Amino acid sequence: MDTLVAQYSQSDYDREQYSQDEQMELYQPEPSLSLRFAMPPIAQPSAWLRAATDDNANPNCPIKIAHGTTTLAFRFQGGIIVATDSRATAGNWIASQTVKKVIEINSCLLGTMAGGAADCQYWLAYLGMQCRLHELRHKRRISVAAASKILANLVYSYKGMGLSMGTMCAGVTPSEGPALYYIDSDGTRLAGNLFCVGSGQTFAYGVLDAEYKYDLSETEALELGRRSILAATHRDAYSGGFINLYHVKEDGWVKHGFNDTNPIFWETKLNKGEFSNVTSELV
Amino acid sequence: MYAAHLDLAARKDFTLICASKAAMRGATILKASDDKTRALNQHTLMAFSGEAGDTIQFAEYIQANAQLYSMRNGIDLSPSAVANFVRGELASSLRSRKPYNVNLLLGGVDPITDKPSLYWLDYLASLAPLPYAAHGYAQYYCLSILDKHHHPDIDYEQGIKLLHLCTDELKRRLPIDFKGMMVKVITKDGIRTVDYDDEARIPCP
Repeated sequence: MDTLVAQYSQSDYDREQYSQDEQMELYQPEPSLSLRFAMPPIAQPSAWLRAATDDNANPNCPIKIAHGTTTLAFRFQGGIIVATDSRATAGNWIASQTVKKVIEINSCLLGTMAGGAADCQYWLAYLGMQCRLHELRHKRRISVAAASKILANLVYSYKGMGLSMGTMCAGVTPSEGPALYYIDSDGTRLAGNLFCVGSGQTFAYGVLDAEYKYDLSETEALELGRRSILAATHRDAYSGGFINLYHVKEDGWVKHGFNDTNPIFWETKLNKGEFSNVTSELV
Repeated sequence: MYAAHLDLAARKDFTLICASKAAMRGATILKASDDKTRALNQHTLMAFSGEAGDTIQFAEYIQANAQLYSMRNGIDLSPSAVANFVRGELASSLRSRKPYNVNLLLGGVDPITDKPSLYWLDYLASLAPLPYAAHGYAQYYCLSILDKHHHPDIDYEQGIKLLHLCTDELKRRLPIDFKGMMVKVITKDGIRTVDYDDEARIPCP
């Protein structure tokens, strides 16, 4: 520590600049190569993009971005549960029912997708690349805190330019234990025990908050994650398809299936008597 | 980010800073234990509110620069020096293409003179040294209370009592639950989190 302080406490500015190599290592003015995007040749690309893609303000906008999701993740005694639906919508159109909204960054790190499907897919893949580079450079796996901060700083650098994403990073590292972060395209980054993100978040929170405890057993936790997504897919028109379930443990994540909501819904209704608003008779 | 944070300083030997614990996005509270403060050095603490993303980016930028100064020169910037530095950064950001949209309160105790101080900064880069201050809706409820009950020489116990007066009023009248307050005190010995009990339910008469 003392040597570190001594390095900086020389009062004359004889070492104000890092060496060329250090600079390259520490600071890349803009991410290299593939990330120099072509902009539309107009004065304010971001305002133009907003006008062309905002289907809330203008239902007839020419580009409809895939939106609408329910994703959740929570920390508990046995690790982290990550669960998502699998529907992608573009306006009122269901564009896909089989989207993978959990992105496997590496064997111990997961990311979730909500918001613009392309934005999430692209930038989480980019995050995966940065995490792998960190691993190669430093000979150890990146912490979840650091990985989430790479993403947060990245999206913050594009703030106001039309990115739309709400993601969670979940992972277990030897230094932090199980860690969960929420990152969105405003640049917000929060550590926490429990997050739900997307248009169905309120429905998922409703079920999850009521029965969530840190001391949940593994089977209880998996069932609660599944049930919360089911609740959201039932009430939120923009969520549905399949339930994608993951459990992150000390020695990496385990996948617990990609299951159709429909049989799960009927099983829940018929065996447990829930969803009693749904009837087979005409009233 | 919801802007209910307030603060008071006493002329005696400490500054109290408090900020709401709720992190909101849309209609959802994402976190109920958020810390909207950053320690800039041993004796200076900054509380922030404003545009999501901007707040933490700006606060951590200031924090890094204040700490770099301390490392390079072996001495901390005084609270007034930090305040004027922050104002300068905010003012030049205001005139850039994408200004930081942040409101700040900066509390500190001068390590040499042991004098406590409080600075109020808004997103337009106005800087005002004040005996007590608040940002956001908290201003409308708390400033009158502080006008009435603040004295230059109140001690720590009276300060906490006065803070309770303010947070109770916020709980009574604000339509939004801000999930309690995180309270920190800055003395000549450093920054400490106060064990602040605001669990009590305050009914509206």
